[in-house]
Amino acid sequence: MSLSWQSPQPVNLVDLGFMDARSKLIDLAAFLDRVQRAGQEGDFRVKALKEAIGCLDGADPGRAREVLLRFSDLTTEPIERATVQGAVGAVAI
Amino acid sequence: MVSRTTDDYERMAMAGCVAICEPAFWAGFDRASAQGFYDYFRQITEYEPKRAAKFGIEHYCWLCINPKEAEDLKLAEEVIGLIPEFLQKPGVLGIGEIGLNKNSRNELAIFERHLQVAQDHGQLVLVHTPHLEDKLKGTRLIVDALKGFSGIDPGRVIIDHVEEHTIDHVLDAGFWAGITLYPESKCTPHRAIDMLEQRQAERIWMNSACDWGVSDPLAVPKTMRAMVQRGWDAAAVERVVWENPKAFMGQNPRFTVA
Repeated sequence: MSLSWQSPQPVNLVDLGFMDARSKLIDLAAFLDRVQRAGQEGDFRVKALKEAIGCLDGADPGRAREVLLRFSDLTTEPIERATVQGAVGAVAI
Repeated sequence: MVSRTTDDYERMAMAGCVAICEPAFWAGFDRASAQGFYDYFRQITEYEPKRAAKFGIEHYCWLCINPKEAEDLKLAEEVIGLIPEFLQKPGVLGIGEIGLNKNSRNELAIFERHLQVAQDHGQLVLVHTPHLEDKLKGTRLIVDALKGFSGIDPGRVIIDHVEEHTIDHVLDAGFWAGITLYPESKCTPHRAIDMLEQRQAERIWMNSACDWGVSDPLAVPKTMRAMVQRGWDAAAVERVVWENPKAFMGQNPRFTVA
């Protein structure tokens, strides 16, 4: 591939994305409130979500990667047999 | 596109889409027999190109049995046996989307069987990586398995559905990476652009998921608009949505989009 990379012109990314990010954060907060009121905060997926939220406090610009790692199966060996076809988004503890 | 309406073809054409490639994929249920796959392969190699052509879109496809159906080893072997017959069809680009789903031993065995076919027939390879919590492990297993096939050039393999925690594994090993845009559960336009900028868009393509779930055939054009909002010039956008896919798929002489 001989095409050279040219960095995009600087734009105000906060103008571009703040309202969307704000909305998603409030949605997340409301979700946690909702499951707590319903007594479902013990679900492993909710626990994983709360643990992943801690990654947002990180100092490095690798937060998305860190959040994804928190939701990932970190084992390395194949399982014997697939008994389901879907994924649920977090690893059952 | 077998899961989409003709209206989607029209919308894609109006958005400037001139070619699509469609991986063989899961039907939404497990097919009952190899004959069902034979009919499906005919559909995506014979009928679907005609449907796309009505809107000026060139249709290409990839052939395989999806990893979701790999637990039935006998069926999978029968289906893999059908593939060589179809490899000479005009729009067939290679083997795909093969890979893993739940990272099982049977899935891995069938993935390697597909790779053997690709190696024996000199085919391009399109690889599906598992979803959500299974993606990281599956991507690592896939990259390791591919390294066992010395006859397959990493530059002729694209590993799809990468995200922030897997893209480096793929690109650093010399493979192409695909970013799949999806309204739910996969990658959004701005996350895709973040990854493109981090890796300077090299050996990466973007695709719109068009399957049985909530998906958007116009996800790529919408992401192009977001790229412009983020300061990308027209040449840089064109590189990602036009030059990169052409460079990869053009390794198969059947890909003739100029």
